[in-house]
Amino acid sequence: MMKKYEGKTVIKLRVNGQDHEVAARPADILLDVLRQQLGLTAAKPGCLNGDCGACTVIVDGWPIKSCLMLAVEAEGHDILTLEGLGGRAAAQKAFVAANSFQCGYCTSGFLMVCHALQNHYSELPEEYVIEEWLQANLCRCTSYQELRRAVRLMYEQTPPSGSPRDSRPPATNVFPAGKNPL
Amino acid sequence: MTTAIDKSIQRREAWDKVTGQAQYCDDLPAAGMLSARLLTSTYAHARLRSVDIAAAQALPGVECVLTGADCPQLFGPLLQDRPALARDKVRYAGEPLALVVAVDEPTAEQALRLIEVDYEPLPPLLKPAQALERGAPLLHGQGSYKKVLEDIYPEPGTNIASHYRIRKGDSQSVLQKCAVIVRQCFGLPPSGHLAMEIRTARAEITAQGQVLITTSSQSPYSVRKQLAEAFLIPAGQIQVKTPLVGGGFGGKAAVCLEILAYLASRGVGGKKVRLTLPREQDMATAPCRLGLEAEISIGADQNGLIQAAELNYYLDCGAYTDIAPYMAKAIAVDCSGPYQIANLSCDALCVYTNHTYATSFRGFSHAEQTFCLERTLDMLAQKCGDDPLQLRLKNAIGPGCTTPTQVAYSAGLIGDLPQCLEKIQPLSCWDGGGVTKIKPHTVRVKGLACFWKTANPPTDAISGAVITFNPDGSVNLNTGAVEMGSGCHTHLNQILAERLQLSPDQVHVVAAPDTQVAPEHWKTVASLTVNMAGRAVLAAADDALSQLRVNAGLALGCPDAEIEIAAGRAFSKKNPERFIPFKDIVQGYKSPAGQSLGQPVIGRGSLMLKGLSLLDPYSGSGRTGPDWSLGAQVVEVEADLRTYTYRIISASTAMDVGRAINPELMRAVIAGGMAMGVSLASRESFAYNSDGIPLKPNLRTYKLMHIGEEPDYRVDFVETPEQGSPYGVRSYSEHGIIGMPAALGNALSRAFACRLNTLPLNPERIWRAATEGDS
Amino acid sequence: MIAYDFMYMQPDTLRQARENFLRLSESGQNPVYYAGGSEIITMCRAGDIRPGAVIDIKNIDACQALSLDEDWLRLGAACTLNRIKESGLFPLLGLVCGRIADHTNQCRITLGGNLCGSIIYRETSLPLLLADAKLILYGARGRRALALKSVFDGRMRLQPDELIVEAQVPLWALNAPYYHMKKTANEKIDYPLLSVAALLYEDQLRVACSGLADRPLRSKQVEVALNRRALSPGTVAAKATALLAEQARDSVEGSAAYRLFVLENTLRSLVEDWHDEKI
Ligand SMILES: Cc1cc2nc3c(=O)[nH]c(=O)nc-3n(C[C@H](O)[C@H](O)[C@H](O)COP(=O)(O)OP(=O)(O)OC[C@H]3O[C@@H](n4cnc5c(N)ncnc54)[C@H](O)[C@@H]3O)c2cc1C
Ligand code: FES
Ligand code: FES
Repeated sequence: MMKKYEGKTVIKLRVNGQDHEVAARPADILLDVLRQQLGLTAAKPGCLNGDCGACTVIVDGWPIKSCLMLAVEAEGHDILTLEGLGGRAAAQKAFVAANSFQCGYCTSGFLMVCHALQNHYSELPEEYVIEEWLQANLCRCTSYQELRRAVRLMYEQTPPSGSPRDSRPPATNVFPAGKNPL
Repeated sequence: MTTAIDKSIQRREAWDKVTGQAQYCDDLPAAGMLSARLLTSTYAHARLRSVDIAAAQALPGVECVLTGADCPQLFGPLLQDRPALARDKVRYAGEPLALVVAVDEPTAEQALRLIEVDYEPLPPLLKPAQALERGAPLLHGQGSYKKVLEDIYPEPGTNIASHYRIRKGDSQSVLQKCAVIVRQCFGLPPSGHLAMEIRTARAEITAQGQVLITTSSQSPYSVRKQLAEAFLIPAGQIQVKTPLVGGGFGGKAAVCLEILAYLASRGVGGKKVRLTLPREQDMATAPCRLGLEAEISIGADQNGLIQAAELNYYLDCGAYTDIAPYMAKAIAVDCSGPYQIANLSCDALCVYTNHTYATSFRGFSHAEQTFCLERTLDMLAQKCGDDPLQLRLKNAIGPGCTTPTQVAYSAGLIGDLPQCLEKIQPLSCWDGGGVTKIKPHTVRVKGLACFWKTANPPTDAISGAVITFNPDGSVNLNTGAVEMGSGCHTHLNQILAERLQLSPDQVHVVAAPDTQVAPEHWKTVASLTVNMAGRAVLAAADDALSQLRVNAGLALGCPDAEIEIAAGRAFSKKNPERFIPFKDIVQGYKSPAGQSLGQPVIGRGSLMLKGLSLLDPYSGSGRTGPDWSLGAQVVEVEADLRTYTYRIISASTAMDVGRAINPELMRAVIAGGMAMGVSLASRESFAYNSDGIPLKPNLRTYKLMHIGEEPDYRVDFVETPEQGSPYGVRSYSEHGIIGMPAALGNALSRAFACRLNTLPLNPERIWRAATEGDS
Repeated sequence: MIAYDFMYMQPDTLRQARENFLRLSESGQNPVYYAGGSEIITMCRAGDIRPGAVIDIKNIDACQALSLDEDWLRLGAACTLNRIKESGLFPLLGLVCGRIADHTNQCRITLGGNLCGSIIYRETSLPLLLADAKLILYGARGRRALALKSVFDGRMRLQPDELIVEAQVPLWALNAPYYHMKKTANEKIDYPLLSVAALLYEDQLRVACSGLADRPLRSKQVEVALNRRALSPGTVAAKATALLAEQARDSVEGSAAYRLFVLENTLRSLVEDWHDEKI
């Protein structure tokens, strides 16, 4: 049966392992539906033009800029947002440990790319691959060195176990290794 | 032993940021809100013959459409010259001229497209030089603006919005006699802040007349002030909230969207309205980074000792002034760079043009001014045959010197440049700035620049802090400082924890300042937050400590003078075994017999800056900021002489930060500033066509640096404590950017043997400069 | 946020797609075929286009082919750039795909969308032009196979209701020596100032470029000039560049004069590499 949507319709989205019904226009982009209807605001608008990557989510394992995907297109696919990682993903721990953000606005997008990267390459890929993946996103605050470092640290973590919130470390940590973790 | 400072404590809000739980303004629920959108000018300069909104108003779902006719007030922190929505005339492409409020964004956007604007084009002024020509059209007619502060000097009948002068010694006659003289002109284009969070604001007016603003702003108290003054609302009836800010860089210090959001809500009877700028408007409509033109003349003796300088700066402030006059002032105040120049004359003019108006930008005009000065110093070094580093070292400001505004040097006040130059050498592997051939057509070269910066707050800027305690003995810290990535909440946490001898975990910084709750903090700008709010926090801590001592004294039955505080406990100095944990005394003390003793502890601290003055209008003498920070920076490039392309290999900064109270956070923020400087200098500018229309203002065309092209960033600290500031730390968070464009310009000019006197330094620019002469 | 609504449909067959396209056209609904959506969504947001319906072709099996048969590599029009690149089947095309937009966008942008898009670079056309690729189109006469160059003069010349089903690449091209160089104003992630692709066929260099002019180009004359092996790389590069001088364009990314300078440099290093047997 050919799918067809006209006007505001109820669609089913599978987000972070849960099914949701939302009312959306066919012209609504996935980003707006996630943020406004599902209250999942980790993915951010930065340009709505595919240029900044702040809106990146993972669809069927691949990083996707949710400003350039219609919500109706996402029906029947597995959508993962940062909220879906809880606090246990290696990428998240690595970002904290490597001081990989300042204002934090780009962080969700970068984390999604890194998480997808790790799912795609089980071993630390070559530097150029890391660059290619992360070049889809912009950060205005950091020097990017911290993000590179985070990717490396991400691959040094043991895979998470237990429930998402289990492994949240204590709030205050002093950065390891002397003055400069880099 | 320190408990909380001198340690690389992680950012307090780190886990909120990596889980997506951190809330920025537009992450707050928007259900039930109306949406506002702006129609902006498509001309840089035009008379508005008519703005026809009838069709837009008639569209179902549209609640109101506003134009300039609905708001006669003019806005601006220094000169009131800017309408909220253009009236009669538009002065830059991107200027807001109508605002639609509708049930949702699609409807608002559809309505915008139904508005018909009839323009009568006027010739645009696109460069300060053009705007200064005799007979140039006046962008703001006589009497069309009002001065807010006394030290703004508009020159009626011209496009000069303000003018600052430095006169020290006798530059004119000394310059003429100098053995070596370098004269050079510079022209730097406007560019953008491009914080990743686009600007957004929300407004609501309650039935009681309470105005509620939620905004992504660095200056919630200025929002309150400007709204109160313009619309004659008692300030106490305005409440401004600022959740986490997704990058500001000065761009969110201007009050702009909040006014529009307020008007929008007022237009619909006070209902909740949300206004978010699309990125294109965030770039073309909201204020940007200044452009600058300069003529620099520097004279030295045979040994390269600078004798005199004459410096003329023309700041392109765009269509309205916002804070730009103070950026001109800032250029004048620090015009010599961190050097001793006995004979100095500087004129810094703030000039109206038909560009998007400028506002503060990381470095507050210092990166631009430093580019001009430090490029010229490199030419001087070349003429004198000096190592660029040695030239700077011999001219470094030191004991016995005064600044351009005649403030006497002390290391504590200004910092130690020779030590920075000392440290930058091993850090950058400094080699004298020579050209090293590494392949037939490829060379490696390093460029150096030094910088300094003081701040330009109002002379009566204030800050404050309130601390309250929780039943577990932990502390809440409430200040008006906005966390936008600079780490100020973490630093304030450290400062408080250190003073109370607590672990940083025991301090909770209230994340989102609210003007009704938090004591006023001038603005989160000028890298002054740690200094100003930090001092208020120390005062609040001391206040709380004395109250804790009283309670502890009552509890332990000894005089408060005998009470010592550490590790969350109060104990008797004489008998340290006798102690009582905070949790038992922070809310007063209840004895085992049930008797209530003492009072609950609430610490309060406040600060008004002291000792600052207005500048003398003729000589420029005076003092504008509490302290200086300075440093030295090096950029190393690998340049391909055939294609005029290059790679930036490394970038180093040695900076006097006073005290590295959080080495890793400080390193990262400085490196971030360097990254911004490198991006700015190598690829960023607003491109305008000959009619002054910005060419494709979006992130596709306006290039920011991506990962993969960044150099190796290296940061080292010099620590000369500043007497007045908490634990001696200096302002540092903007400064990484300042010398980067100059250092890159110096490296590339040497590599390609040409004079690069504009930005951005992309291969095409270099190709032109190298093949046609000056860029 | 897209201001004007449209209808969305996801047909399963080419026929369904086209029938709906025709029906919607007749009723004045201005339909468009929709693949990766990257261009359609941005243009709708900006108000540059206002389709009444989008017909998503990603669910049509015929458009998703990615296989080798006896004579051809078949690349479905709805294959994403990333899929083509990761397949590793056509190295030159893979390289080109890997430099269009960025990796995340490459997971969405499709081959057909890149060829048919209004963004002028259409970089995937370069390897396809050099390889003498064919296109399978679906339109009024059902499927038809045509040489790419007969329907692509830098822009796709399709009937409004026609769509690309797949591209077919002759097998020789998959193993032929190749070269690709994308030059940007200064930032790697950018539209090309110049994108030059080359493929060696029977010892002759084939060259096409995008970014220089207002559309991708492959010129016989230029190839003749570049293939004069007796001349030095510098000389042939200068001659070839002169042939294209009039077509160079000015844009925010760079001036025409500078583009020609970059072209000459790039062609010289290409020919140097070729003479030195480095490609
Ligand atoms: C951030 C960014 C950077 C970019 N940089 C580059 C670059 O460097 N070089 C470059 O070449 N391009 C670049 N592009 C352009 C990009 O390649 C186009 O956006 C893309 O080609 C569109 O592909 P799509 O699959 O998303 O097409 P869509 O947006 O779905 O469609 C684009 C057009 O093609 C038509 N169409 C799609 N498929 C078919 C088909 N099978 N048959 C007939 N018509 C069809 C559609 O009707 C529409 O008119 C960039 C785009 C983005 C977003
Ligand atoms: S918001 Fe989607 S890429 Fe910028
Ligand atoms: S941390 Fe601010 S944009 Fe990346």
